[in-house]
Amino acid sequence: MNFLNLIIIAFRSLNKNKVRSLLTMLGLIIGVASVIAMLAIGQGSRDSIEKQISGLGTNVIMIFPGASFRGGVASAAGSALSLEMEDVEAINNECQSVKYTSPVARTSGQIIAGAHNWNSQLYGVYPEYLEIRSLEIESGNMFTEVDERRASKVCIIGKTVVENLFDEYTDPVGQKIRIRKIPFQIIGVLKEKGQSGMGSDQDDMILAPFSTVQKRMRGSQRNVQQIYVSAHSEELITKASEEIDEILRQRKNLAKNDDPPYMIRTQTEIVEMFTSTSDTMIVLLASIASISLIVGGIGIMNIMLVSVTERTREIGLRMAVGARSRDILRQFLLEAILLSLTGGFLGIGFGTLSSHVVSSFAGWPVIVTSYSIVLAFVFATAIGVFFGWYPARKAAGLIPMDALRYE
Amino acid sequence: MSSNKKIISVRGLTKIYDMGEVKVHALRGVDMDIQNGEFTAIMGHSGSGKSTLMNIMGCLDVPTSGEYYLDGVNVKDMTKDQLARLRNQKIGFVFQTFNLLARTSALENVELPLLYNPGIKAKERKEKAMHALEMVGLADWRHHLPNQLSGGEQQRVAIARSLVNDPVIILADEPSGNLDTRTSFEVMEIFQQLNSNGITIALVTHEADISLFASRNVIFRDGRINREVKVENVKNARLELEALPTDEDNYL
Repeated sequence: MNFLNLIIIAFRSLNKNKVRSLLTMLGLIIGVASVIAMLAIGQGSRDSIEKQISGLGTNVIMIFPGASFRGGVASAAGSALSLEMEDVEAINNECQSVKYTSPVARTSGQIIAGAHNWNSQLYGVYPEYLEIRSLEIESGNMFTEVDERRASKVCIIGKTVVENLFDEYTDPVGQKIRIRKIPFQIIGVLKEKGQSGMGSDQDDMILAPFSTVQKRMRGSQRNVQQIYVSAHSEELITKASEEIDEILRQRKNLAKNDDPPYMIRTQTEIVEMFTSTSDTMIVLLASIASISLIVGGIGIMNIMLVSVTERTREIGLRMAVGARSRDILRQFLLEAILLSLTGGFLGIGFGTLSSHVVSSFAGWPVIVTSYSIVLAFVFATAIGVFFGWYPARKAAGLIPMDALRYE
Repeated sequence: MSSNKKIISVRGLTKIYDMGEVKVHALRGVDMDIQNGEFTAIMGHSGSGKSTLMNIMGCLDVPTSGEYYLDGVNVKDMTKDQLARLRNQKIGFVFQTFNLLARTSALENVELPLLYNPGIKAKERKEKAMHALEMVGLADWRHHLPNQLSGGEQQRVAIARSLVNDPVIILADEPSGNLDTRTSFEVMEIFQQLNSNGITIALVTHEADISLFASRNVIFRDGRINREVKVENVKNARLELEALPTDEDNYL
């Protein structure tokens, strides 16, 4: 028998029992819909976390001095001075996978502009810091290499600082401000970036040349508080961090298994740390939802079994007019698959719909990924085959003579 | 079609049903031929073996021993699938209980056997089904569902279904068993009409008056052929129908 006829037969017999077909599918529709919705909600929250962390910059690697709170006071004090300018240069010159390097000198203090004042973080950085953190200048210019060499008293300010120091009619570029009593000229304003993944305001900061901050505000210390590095590409992040580790070990004469007096954190690690929680949630939600898929599958098996008994005479007749056992098997299997596929389709529709309803009511970000649709679909079909097989075998095993006389 | 070609030929047919403790001898050696174009009525009481023979002739069951030739082909050693194909292409079944698919239009019911024949395309299937419905006079009822049809009409749809694959023989198992006299005669009229067009028919019945519409009666008893009669005065179903008192007559 050709496949088209088979589809005609299966479709006709489902079509004849519309209500029953729909009720059978209901379990699967709910199952698929809940899987889709759960995955969409999970994926949405995962993505928003990822997006916030990617706000950290482009392929960022951070190097901090000291293993924060290990081994008591003495070691912590010593480790605070463990990174030096020479380390920055070595990383910049010797690491193949590193694109940009910038030391960071951090200080905070009162900023005064005319009658207004504000307390903010001041970062002394290289011009490359902009690329590393994927910051953009909205107006004005970034300071340059020359400013760095001269330790010029120029700065770039974030949106929050602008709002707190200037009224909306004043262009901050070109204005003078005083940071801890030292006058700085504003040469640029940063584009708004919003909150970071950890909840801090990324627009509440001031950037100035590293040498300016290091020499004029931190008393020309040799040690570097932080080093920001950007790898050439996402794939090279791990390699870059290994290279950095190797160079720093070499410079500090450390053996392979010594605990280093610095920490290297990559963006990938931070992303993984945060997304692993939401991944666990996704798996949990999806597995709860997939239970309803299985229940839906059992529903299909149940109805198919009832259907085989109820249609015994029909099966007998089909066999009498020439259906082979395998035709009957295929018919019932196909009916189960058609049911589960249609259920899957409707479920995907309802799932997408309900996740959008959730997002508009609860304001959660939802993302219906194509992979969740494919997954739900494959799952639904597999359930159709799995739970349809037994009833179909039962139907195909009937003896035509007895089936025809079945009351 | 040559008129003396044997459509069915059985030799020494036996059938034993093994019911565990007891063995039921349904057939105890039957020899019978059905020629092309014959209208045979197989008669007998229940348990006489006529239904068993019908099942074997219809390739729904296999004999315990003996030979069975259908249209010149030995059926004995065929696989289930081969038997299914034989049923699909050579045999038309008419049942006592009609066995139409519920909630399925007359046309789709008639189409059913052709759906199991991969060689027949959709267009040809529709045409053949329509033609078969025309032959039983129900072309205008093609979209009706079985529950919208009377018993007689349902049986005529079933006859159309048995015709649709151009079978070498139609096997009718008590086709009038569930019908009143008038509709029985109507059904027999159709059988006679089909037979006069050259279609071979074998009919199982236990009603003597029905068997008189056939040209030959084979009477079974205890799993053997008891006797065979050539019907001298074959009753004409149409004339019998006309002779029946109509509802109007009853009112008068």
